[in-house]
Formats: sequence, structure tokens, C-alpha cells
Amino acid sequence: MSIMAYNGAAIMAMKGKNCVAIAADTRFGIQAQTVSTKFQKIFELGPRLYIGLAGLATDVQTVSERLKFRVNLYELRENRRVKPKTLLSVVSNLLYERRFGPYFVEPVIAGLDDVTSEPFVASLDLIGCPMVTEDFVVSGTCSEQMYGMCESVWSPDLDPDQLFEAISQALLNAADRDAVSGWGAVVHIIEKDKVTTRTLKARMD
Amino acid sequence: MECLIGIRGKDFVLLASDSVAGRSVVAMKKDHDKMFQLSSKLLMAVSGEGGDTVQFAEYIAKNIQLYRMRNGYDLSTKAAASFTRRNLADYLRSSTPYMVNLLIGGHDDNDGADLYYMDYLGSMVNLPFAVHGYGSFFTLSIMDRYYKEDMTKEQTLALLQRCIDEIHERFIVNLNSFKVKIIDKDGIHVLKDIRPTTKPPVEAEGTQQQQQLMDTA
Repeated sequence: MSIMAYNGAAIMAMKGKNCVAIAADTRFGIQAQTVSTKFQKIFELGPRLYIGLAGLATDVQTVSERLKFRVNLYELRENRRVKPKTLLSVVSNLLYERRFGPYFVEPVIAGLDDVTSEPFVASLDLIGCPMVTEDFVVSGTCSEQMYGMCESVWSPDLDPDQLFEAISQALLNAADRDAVSGWGAVVHIIEKDKVTTRTLKARMD
Repeated sequence: MECLIGIRGKDFVLLASDSVAGRSVVAMKKDHDKMFQLSSKLLMAVSGEGGDTVQFAEYIAKNIQLYRMRNGYDLSTKAAASFTRRNLADYLRSSTPYMVNLLIGGHDDNDGADLYYMDYLGSMVNLPFAVHGYGSFFTLSIMDRYYKEDMTKEQTLALLQRCIDEIHERFIVNLNSFKVKIIDKDGIHVLKDIRPTTKPPVEAEGTQQQQQLMDTA
């Protein structure tokens, strides 16, 4: 029994033309039993900056709370919003502090730079190793399936509507091939002037 | 082997817990109350490691009361649940983690009735209905089928009765009595204990004929 597969999750983020998308399933389960179908795994850390956390549910909640605390203090000190790239370093530091007793989460970051509105996606492992990509990032118990789906449906410079279709299909079909992911899905499309949040009609099994 | 059930109705939360206090294969006490009053409109049902349950519940209850004394008003259900979660999560990586699964039911003026489910690792979820223990495997599907939003007290008790009947029918451990409490805008009310409905014994087909044959022989 793997600790990372105790609760199960499927999270991904994709880059588009002047936009990013982040999506996650909404299942909260304990091994084979599903307890809730409305569990939040994506958290807003800025008007155009979101982090998705896959892994052990208690650590998802703890890390999101501790991270919000750090970001709040950062914004109070610096008197400005945190940049996506900087958030990546903040998360990396938070996780590496627990190098020999880690939080069992694998975060995914998606956002637009506050000043330049440049799209940004990144992911980290449970001890804070950062990875920035130019296309998409995935995290969770069905990461192999998600890599396959993303590679097939993604292409560069998708507009917000095309990006929504791409990320939705990628997440839904990958999660359907994983027993502990799925049971509902939520997608956030982040553009320069607005964020659109949609819940997907997913297979509830 | 313990079972905790929580159901959210129209402006109230119903919490039920089995009343068997057992150790290993022995039922030591049959009318044990596993629910702790955290404040006038907050109730917590606990199950898990013996000792940890009571210690943790009393610790949380006293701290909720301390907040009230310091600030003059009660914590909201959401805040009390978050406080409980923080404690469970903090102790998880200490040398003395608490192995306690719990349900928190409460009512406040802003959010109405709320039910929170928490496992021993500190994962917390707000749910319309929740069950801890082996009983969950028998009852969650029943609740998926028959639960509706904004049920009355009678409807909720009927749903609870269905669940308890199913546990009695199929769970190998005998949990034949559940303590039931309701939290609404007027506070915490203790209801009568609920027992499984007694059904008349079912005679297997052909036993009557067999008995007649044996009598004449």
C-alpha cells in the first residue's frame, strides 16, 4: 500500500495562448471506499495563480494552509502579489524543509505572471524538486495515463476554449483508467482578465 | 468495530453512535456514550484507539470552552472543525499521534447546520452524511439511495433506522443499540436510543413438511 495512493488523485495543468488551465478530480476516498465527491484539491493563491495538490489528503490540506500562510506574509512584506516562478521556489523550500519526513504531496502550479501575463506551469515532487515545462504538467496516481492523454491532445498556442476541451478530455479519460481517481472533476481556465471555473460531468464510478 | 453515523437534515444535524464499549472480543459496556459536547451547539462523536478518543475529545472540548471564555462567543462549526483538524495533523508527525476518527456536527447562525468528517490522519470533509467504521460499507450506499437535502427529523430518523437495520442484518459484530443526538438552533437534544427493528423469524421452505413427516414416523 503506497502512501501516495492511499487517497488517490489526478491533477494536471496546461499552457495555452496567453492562458493556462489547471484541472483536478474531486474524489476523496480511503483506499477502495469513496467518502466524498466534492473534495477540493486546487487552491487559489492569487487572482491568476493556482496550485493543485495530489497525494495524501491530510497533507494536501496542511500544505495548502501552510502555503497560504507563507504567501500572505510574502504579500504583506513585499506589498505585491507573488509571481508564479517565485511561488515555485516558496513551495520547493516548504517541502525540502521536511526532507527526511516529507509531506506526501506532489504539487502542480499554474498561473499568469502578474505583470507580463506570461503563462507558467510547473510541478514538484514530494521533497520539492522543481520542474518548469513549456507544455503541460501532471501529478497523481494516474500520472502515466495523464502523460499519454496530454501528449495526444495538447498542441502549442491553444486558445482558452480549445485548451478547455483538451484538458478536460485528457483528465477525464486518464482518470477513467484509474480506480482511485475520478468521481467528479473541476477545471479552471486562467486568462489575463478572468478565470472561468467549470465542473465536468464525469463518470461517477 | 465501532460505528459512527452523521446525517445533515433541514437546519439540524443528527449524530448516532453505537453504544458498545468493547476490548478485544469482550463487550464491557452496552450503553456507552461516544459523543462529546464541545459547546452548546457543537457535538463530536469519536471512535478509534481506546484512551486516545477520550483524551483528544476532552482536550478539544476544553479548548473550545477556553475560546468562549476568552472571546465571549462560541467558535463556528467550521472553525472548531478546522481547529480539531489542525491538532490531529500536528500530532500526526509527533511521537504521540492520536488514532481518532471523528464526526463533528454543529449549528451556527451564519452557516446553519454542518457535518464534518475527519479521519485519524487529519483529512477533513464537509458532508451531507457520513459514516465511520465497518458500518460504512453497509450504510453509505443506502444513504446514497435514500438521502435527500432538507429532510425532516422524522425522515432522517427513518433513514437512520434503515441503516441500523442493515448493520444488524449483515455486520458480524452485534451492535444492537445506538445513542442518537440532534443538534439544531436550540442546542443539543438527546433522543431515545435506537435499536434494530425486530423481524419475525423466517421459516425455511419445507421445514413444516419435514416436521410433519418426522412427527408421523
